[in-house]
Amino acid sequence: MSAGGNGRATAPGGILIRRGRVIDPASGVDGEMDVKIENGKVAQTGANLDPGGCSVVEAKGLVVAPGFVDIHVHLREPGQEGEETIATGTRAAALGGVTALVAMPNTVPPLDTPAMIAYVLSRAAQDGVVRVYPAGCISHERKGEVMADLAGLREAGAVVFTDDGNSVMNALLVRRAMTNARLLATPYAEHAEDEHLVDAGVMHEGRVSLKLGLAGRSTLAEDVIVARDLILAEAAGAHLHVMHVTSKRSLEMIREAKARKVTVTCEATPHHLVLTDEAVGEFDTAAKVYPPLRSEEHRRALVAGVKDGTVDAIVSDHAPHGPLEKEVEFAQAATGMVGLETMLPLVLEVLVRPGEIGLPDLVRLLSTSPARILRLPGGTLAPGSPADLSIFDPEAAWTVDPRTMASKSRNTPFAGRKVRGRVVHTIVAGRPVVRDGALV
Amino acid sequence: MAGAATAKPDCLAAKDLLGIEPLSRDEIQLVLETADTLSDVARHPIKKVPALRGRTMVNLFYEASTRTRTSFELAAVRLSADVVNISVQTSSVVKGETLLDTARTLEAMSVDFIVMRHGSSGAPHTLARNLKASVINAGDGQHEHPTQALLDLYTVRQKLGGIEGKTITLVGDILHSRVARSNLIAFTKMGAKVRFCGPPTLLSDDFSTLGAEVHHDLKTALAGADVIYVLRLQFERHRMGLMPSVKAYTQRYAITPERVKWAKSDALIMHPGPMNRGVEIAHEVADAPRSVIVDQVANGVAVRMAVLYLLEAGRTKRAAAAGGAS
Repeated sequence: MSAGGNGRATAPGGILIRRGRVIDPASGVDGEMDVKIENGKVAQTGANLDPGGCSVVEAKGLVVAPGFVDIHVHLREPGQEGEETIATGTRAAALGGVTALVAMPNTVPPLDTPAMIAYVLSRAAQDGVVRVYPAGCISHERKGEVMADLAGLREAGAVVFTDDGNSVMNALLVRRAMTNARLLATPYAEHAEDEHLVDAGVMHEGRVSLKLGLAGRSTLAEDVIVARDLILAEAAGAHLHVMHVTSKRSLEMIREAKARKVTVTCEATPHHLVLTDEAVGEFDTAAKVYPPLRSEEHRRALVAGVKDGTVDAIVSDHAPHGPLEKEVEFAQAATGMVGLETMLPLVLEVLVRPGEIGLPDLVRLLSTSPARILRLPGGTLAPGSPADLSIFDPEAAWTVDPRTMASKSRNTPFAGRKVRGRVVHTIVAGRPVVRDGALV
Repeated sequence: MAGAATAKPDCLAAKDLLGIEPLSRDEIQLVLETADTLSDVARHPIKKVPALRGRTMVNLFYEASTRTRTSFELAAVRLSADVVNISVQTSSVVKGETLLDTARTLEAMSVDFIVMRHGSSGAPHTLARNLKASVINAGDGQHEHPTQALLDLYTVRQKLGGIEGKTITLVGDILHSRVARSNLIAFTKMGAKVRFCGPPTLLSDDFSTLGAEVHHDLKTALAGADVIYVLRLQFERHRMGLMPSVKAYTQRYAITPERVKWAKSDALIMHPGPMNRGVEIAHEVADAPRSVIVDQVANGVAVRMAVLYLLEAGRTKRAAAAGGAS
């Protein structure tokens, strides 16, 4: 795959996608029609288009959507290539219908200099099969002490600033970083968990943590940082993006801030929408993730937040880890789970099939809105847009089997789960990357 | 098949004893009754029966312990098993070996029982999932300490003639106590009422969701109690801000002769040891006639013999079933 990643070479031949249910919230389209792709761009949408010299993809019964834009992914390259690489991570993305992703900067070393951003972009151009946009660190070495070269990171191609994995604990650094982010027209994104309040916690603080005798991470840790960041972002006039929000109170604060026109967006993950702290069961490290899986009360609040528009985007927070880091005592186990290849069926299960939202809302949450939040190309099928498409069967039933995943890691709490909804074709810049459910 | 559901068990069904939580009421009853029988062994001129002859038990202790380790060792020896003790100081843990590798190494040496104490909640579960040997949890982090709860049940039953309908008040650092958790589940399963009492920093109100009555006032917690169960106070908790000072704790929660009167007149005094005399429990209370702290230790051996015996019976049964099937 020489034509993957961001550096695209020759223009592929035209494709006509015929009679799918085309959903493009950005242009207000939802109906059975054709999409014509030429020169790596969307040429035309409409009924009964002339195939001309195009190859034809029959999409009857399938949803044709702008490719998913997953703005929270850990590719582990550089530094932890045993867990994931840009090659394997972008293939997992493609199988999940993701045509563009934002690579988190907590690599080894972290993406805290322009050279590191350039490195990831060059590796992605070589090895990637979907678009890769790197995030840059807020602080030097992610230590939360000295600000990184934000302008340099932006110039090199960073699309967002974050120390994801940790909150920036120094409020003065947060304030100054936000003020600089405003100047650079780049969102400031926070993993909201106060490190002092979480203390030694390893799962949600509540009934289950008490029962298992595991130290808890309270939602207060999230709420305190969200409150702080909303105050500072409003004062700085910056765009605050709250990553993987999980707490009822945090959602209330974000909702209230949005009502006052504060520039704030937030994202939710499928695992926080689907699972609760009960998934930890008998110390199952596959269910260990930060922020932790919450109680049913918070999970319901998150679903409600998606439904009422408080939550702007759905992200996988794909976090690959090898067995050496997971087959250990719960407290010592690595945090996070792979998610790119299970994102679509899980959100269909928890949001669409119970009627919380419709398919157009889902496409807005997976494609339109995340692209807008980070001002990325794509997220729409309007003529002239990049021909990034996700074509999926919302009903196809399958069973999650970690052994068949394209990701290098297998750490999922969803192994064996019977799900519905599968990506059939993924097209990036007019080039099929997944065809009939398999990597090209 | 229909009869199987109602039949009384004659062994512990699971391979491992990881907690009280997975045990049925009937299984707990069976352990107590088996301990009755096996407690006689200590009174024999030759304190041994051959039930576990040819079996090997490893005491794998990642945390220091004198009484629990010795208790398990005596229990195994009295059942004629061979015992190997491994403590963290002499093991390869210091060389960075993972828990799982340590366990696999032991399994390669054909160990039948692994008695494990570990500072991390759930560590024995990690082990048990990956091994054929039976894993017995001798205390994991702040999670469970099932044999302690079983010997506590045994002691209460022995001294009060039964457990059902009794009120057990556990006092102290509930949050960090695996003894409190196992006893909550054990006594509740056997029909007793469990009260937790301690300062709010060491006893969150959320414990009521697990079935405990939560008290922050000692007097109301002890009113009508049949058992005063005193937990050990860890002094470092006050440095962590989990109590204003040790003195502030003892002023409110130390079990003194005057406060014992708040409970029933014949209430038992229990403590899992080791005690901080003069801190969570007064000398006079620890040594009072109603104190059964020494009985707890004595009963520990019989109860652990019962656990080993019943796990072995389960192993034999499963082996026979597997043999018959093939």
